[in-house]
Amino acid sequence: MQRKLAKTKELSRRWESIQRNWYKFSRNRLSIVGLVLVCTIIFIAIFAPYISPHPESAGKFVNFSDVSDPPSLAHPFGTDRFGRDILTRTLFGYRYSLGMAAIVISIMAPIGVVLGLIAGYYRNTWVDTVIMRVTDVFVAVPALILALAVCAVLTPSILHAMFAISLVWWPWYVRMVYGTTCSLKNEFFIQAAEVTGASTAYILFKEILPNCAASILTKMSLDVGWVILIGSTLSFVGLGAQPPTPDLGTMVADASNYLPDLWWEAVFPAFAIMLVVAAFNLFGDGIDDMLGEEKRG
Amino acid sequence: MGLSLLMFSIARVMPGDPARIALGSRAPEWVVQKLREEMHLEDPFHVQYYYWFKGVLHGDFGTSLYTRRSVARDIKEFLPASLELALYAGIFIGIMGVILGVISGWYNNRWVDSVVRIISYMGIITPSFVFAIFFMLIFAYALKILPAISRISSDLILPPRITGIITFDALITGHFGVFFDALRHLLLPAISLALGPMSQEARLTRTTLVGNLGKDYVMTQRSYGTPERIIMFKYLLKPSLIPTISIYGLDFAAIIGNAFVVELIFNWPGLSRYGMNAILQKDLNAVVAVVMVYGVLFVVVNLIVDLAVRFLDPRIRLGEKRI
Repeated sequence: MQRKLAKTKELSRRWESIQRNWYKFSRNRLSIVGLVLVCTIIFIAIFAPYISPHPESAGKFVNFSDVSDPPSLAHPFGTDRFGRDILTRTLFGYRYSLGMAAIVISIMAPIGVVLGLIAGYYRNTWVDTVIMRVTDVFVAVPALILALAVCAVLTPSILHAMFAISLVWWPWYVRMVYGTTCSLKNEFFIQAAEVTGASTAYILFKEILPNCAASILTKMSLDVGWVILIGSTLSFVGLGAQPPTPDLGTMVADASNYLPDLWWEAVFPAFAIMLVVAAFNLFGDGIDDMLGEEKRG
Repeated sequence: MGLSLLMFSIARVMPGDPARIALGSRAPEWVVQKLREEMHLEDPFHVQYYYWFKGVLHGDFGTSLYTRRSVARDIKEFLPASLELALYAGIFIGIMGVILGVISGWYNNRWVDSVVRIISYMGIITPSFVFAIFFMLIFAYALKILPAISRISSDLILPPRITGIITFDALITGHFGVFFDALRHLLLPAISLALGPMSQEARLTRTTLVGNLGKDYVMTQRSYGTPERIIMFKYLLKPSLIPTISIYGLDFAAIIGNAFVVELIFNWPGLSRYGMNAILQKDLNAVVAVVMVYGVLFVVVNLIVDLAVRFLDPRIRLGEKRI
C-alpha cells in the first residue's frame, strides 16, 4: 500500500513536471508551429514512399514524355529534365537531409561533450591544453570552408559530407561544455563528491553532465537546422549527395544550370530547405524556453 | 601555425599520388618519379611539412598541381575581388543590421517590429545560395534591371590596377562610369552574402536593446524627461552594440564561407571561386593556400573586432587597468 502510494505520487509528480514543461514550451505559439512542422517533416521523411505521388521518381528514372514540365495538376512542383516529379523528389529529399542531420549530431555531440567535460575537469593540466588547443585550431577556420576543404580531399559522397560536417562541428560542443564544466568544477557539490571518493567518471557524467544537459539539448535541436543548411550547401556545390539521390541542395544546383527556364526545380526545393530549417529553429527556440528557465533560475 | 599543420595533414593523408594526378595517367613513370622527388613527396611527413612551411613563410605556397602556375600569384590576382565582395557585404551587414535592429527595438512589439523580425527570420533560415538564385531569377531574369554575372560589363575597360578592388581603382583614377557599373554588379552577390549575417545582427541588436530598455539608467533618464530619441541614441545604443560588434567576426566567417558558393553562382572571379574550382579538381596546394589565407584573414578580423569591443566596453577597458 505504502509502495503503491509512493508510486502514484511519483507518477503524478512526473505528470506535473511534463505539464509544466509543456506550458513553458507552448507559451510561445511559434514553438508549437515549429513542433507541428518538425513532426510533419519527420512523418514525411519516414513515409515518403507511401505519400508521394510518383515514388518511382526518387531514383534513377527517366520519363521522356514529361520532360521539364512546369507545375501542373499531375506534377504540382513540375518535373526536371529527366521527367521526374519534383514534389516526390522534394519529399524524398527530406529523408536524406534529416538522416544526415540525425547521424551527424548523434556522432559529434557525444564526442564534443565528453572532450569538453574532460578538458574542463582537468583544467590547467596538459589534458586541457591539448584538447583546447586542438579545438582552437578547428574553430579558427570558418566552418563551411573547412568542411569544403575536407570534402575536397575525399571523394564526394553523402557519407564523406557527413564526416566533414562532423569534423567541423564537434569543437563547438567542446567549448560550450568546457565553459560550464570550468565554472562548476569548484562548486561545493563537486568537492563533496570528490571528498566522498566518487570516481571521476561518476562526477563527470552524473554530477556535471546533468547541469549542461539543458544547453546541450537546446544546441542540438537548433543544430539540426544548421547541419541541414551546411549539408545542402555542400550538395549544392557537388560535394555532398551525388545524383540521382534526391537531395534538396543537389536539385537546386541542377536547376541553377538551366535558369531561368527550369525555375520550378530551383524554387520548390529551396523553399523546402527553408521550411525545414525554420521548423527546427522554432522548435529549438521552444526547447530553449522550456529548459532555459531552470538555467536562469 | 597549428592551422597550417592541420591543413597540411588533411591535404597529405588524402589517398592518391599528387604527382601522378598532376601529370595525368599517361605520363611515363620516370617523369612522375622525378616530380615526386621535386615535390619532396618521398620524404617523411615532418620533412615535407618543413619544406612546405618554409615556403609559406617566404610567401610561396607551391605551384598549382593543375595549371602549374604559382599559387601565390593566383592568390594575388584573385584575392582583391573577394575582398571587395566581402567588404561591401560587411558594410551592408553592419549598417542594415544595426538599423533594422534599432527600428525593431524602437517599435518594440508593434507591427513594424513584427515585420522586421519576420524579415530577419527569413534571413536566418535561408541558405545564401538560395538567396543568390532567387535574386538572379527576380532581378536579372524577370525584371532585367541588374546584371547576373561577372564584375563589370564586358564593353567597359578595366581601370588601371592599383589595389585590384575595381570600385576603388575606378574612383582613384576618376572612371565614374566604371565605378557605378562595378557597383551594380556587386549589388546582387553582396546582398545575397549579407542577408544571413545581417539578420543575425538585427536580431541580436534588438534583443540587447529591448533587454537594456528595462535597465535602471534608462528609467532614470525617462524620469528626468529626456526625449526618447536622445535616450535611444545617446545612452542606449552604445552598450547595446557591444554584442552586435562582437559577433561581427563570426559573421565574417559566414561571409567568406558562403562566398565559395555565391562567387560560383555569380561567376565572380574571386579567390573563393578559385578555391572552389581547386576543391573540385583536387588541386591541393591551391586548396591549402586558400584556406590558409582565409584562416589568417579570419583571425585578423577577429582581432580587430576584439579591439573594437575593448574600446567600446568600459568594463573590459577599465577592468584591465585595475589589474
